[in-house]
Amino acid sequence: MADFPENLKYTTEHEWLDGSTPAVIGVTDVAAEALGDVVYLELPEVGATIEAGSVVGEIESTKSVSELYSPVSGTVTEVNAEAVDNPEIVNQDPYGKGWLFKVEVSGTGELLTAAQYAEHTGS
Amino acid sequence: MGEDRKTPLYDEHVALGASMTPFGGWLMPLRYTSDLAEHRAVREAAGLFDLSHMGNINVTGPDAAAFLDHALVGYISKVREMGARYSMICAEDGSVLDDLIVYHHAPGEYSVIANAANAELVLGKLQERTAGFDVVLKDVQPGQALIAVQGPRAVEIMLATEGLVEDAEISGGTAFADLKYYACMGMRFQGEPLLVGRTGYTGEDGFELWVPADRAVALWRALLAAGEPLGLVPAGLSARDSLRLEAGMPLYGHELDTTTTPFEAGMGRVVRLDKVSDDGTPVPFVGRDALAARKESAPARVLVGLRGEGRRPARADYDVVQRGVGTEVGAVVGRVTSGAPSPTLGYPIAMAYVTPEVSAEGTELAVDVRGRAEPFVVVPMPFYRRPQN
Repeated sequence: MADFPENLKYTTEHEWLDGSTPAVIGVTDVAAEALGDVVYLELPEVGATIEAGSVVGEIESTKSVSELYSPVSGTVTEVNAEAVDNPEIVNQDPYGKGWLFKVEVSGTGELLTAAQYAEHTGS
Repeated sequence: MGEDRKTPLYDEHVALGASMTPFGGWLMPLRYTSDLAEHRAVREAAGLFDLSHMGNINVTGPDAAAFLDHALVGYISKVREMGARYSMICAEDGSVLDDLIVYHHAPGEYSVIANAANAELVLGKLQERTAGFDVVLKDVQPGQALIAVQGPRAVEIMLATEGLVEDAEISGGTAFADLKYYACMGMRFQGEPLLVGRTGYTGEDGFELWVPADRAVALWRALLAAGEPLGLVPAGLSARDSLRLEAGMPLYGHELDTTTTPFEAGMGRVVRLDKVSDDGTPVPFVGRDALAARKESAPARVLVGLRGEGRRPARADYDVVQRGVGTEVGAVVGRVTSGAPSPTLGYPIAMAYVTPEVSAEGTELAVDVRGRAEPFVVVPMPFYRRPQN
């Protein structure tokens, strides 16, 4: 069953971010489920300046490729090297070990609460 | 287009939590849990597949063998009783209308198994080609289910399946223990006769079982119950696709289509220009003249296997390009028809049509993966071959 932690914010593109500084960003279990087994991640460079709503990477599964959008604007401070090496952890633990990158946030795009996201996905 | 049809096993798939997807006019299981887990189960233990969407056309009558020699490119009259043969049906111009498996499952009686999306077309083309032959075609797909057990433990699973028994009366002369690859036999399940072929589309040993629709759920459950302790898992279309790709098997709509002859696809061996009828004269089968000419001419493109040197997989319809400097995309020399990360081998694999000049084994090429050249090298197929014991 789909699971959307209350403490996170979400986007209609199925990313999540937490409220910490820098903010941790990942994809939701709805995305992980829809993608199938993730086999390759292309994440932004550390130090890159990114904009909310823009494409910052790719998530590739056994069957398909999806673009990764940033929910926030800011500077990338870290990427999850373990997820790059073992992309299956995105499927196994999308809100934990399967996080993707961290951003020093300067602004946000449109974000949803867990309830709004649940409604958006029809879960 | 009507609504997608459901197989007799639809409710089983839903109960098992499958993601269902439209495929060839049917609603089929894409995956149950994980593509990779299902793929690996088939390579290491076994997978259970619902293939009830496949077309199944029964061919009977005194001229059945001669008719199939005429209608298909293969030498079907040479297929011994209880044998099976991979073949193709071509148009007059030699282009491939579908690839098929023909089972000679009773004296003078054949089943032609077609791809789901092409089943109607194949039935229509076969019907057109019956003129002058004493033969009856029957679409037996409705009312039947087709279940496949594929993997190194398939034999053990078949033997352990409750209600599935041998019966010398209907076996066609073969004991299960002696059933050869690409052969078939009759067995019984819960007393009902069913056809069992030792065939598949995964690169593993395995069986395909045609069962009356009203016994399909019972057989599916009996196979699962027998197989689960041995590592059998239900497997979806996604695993089926990656398995056949590793095994270097073409998929209609990707490697084969109406712009392709069997020769470009590297399948020229299925075209039997040497077919003769009972009186010793060459069989003028449909597509013969075009295929004979095609065999002699240099191909404009050939199907090759590609192995990725990086981690990013190529996908169907991506351009194959000359390798340039770094990630720079060079001149286009071909097109990918199927591509995926290989779960068994751990690197990306792909099939592609390329110009003959760059088709030699070891040729270093690249694939334009969304604007970046990823290095690939031409390798022989199949990518994966099962260990022989």
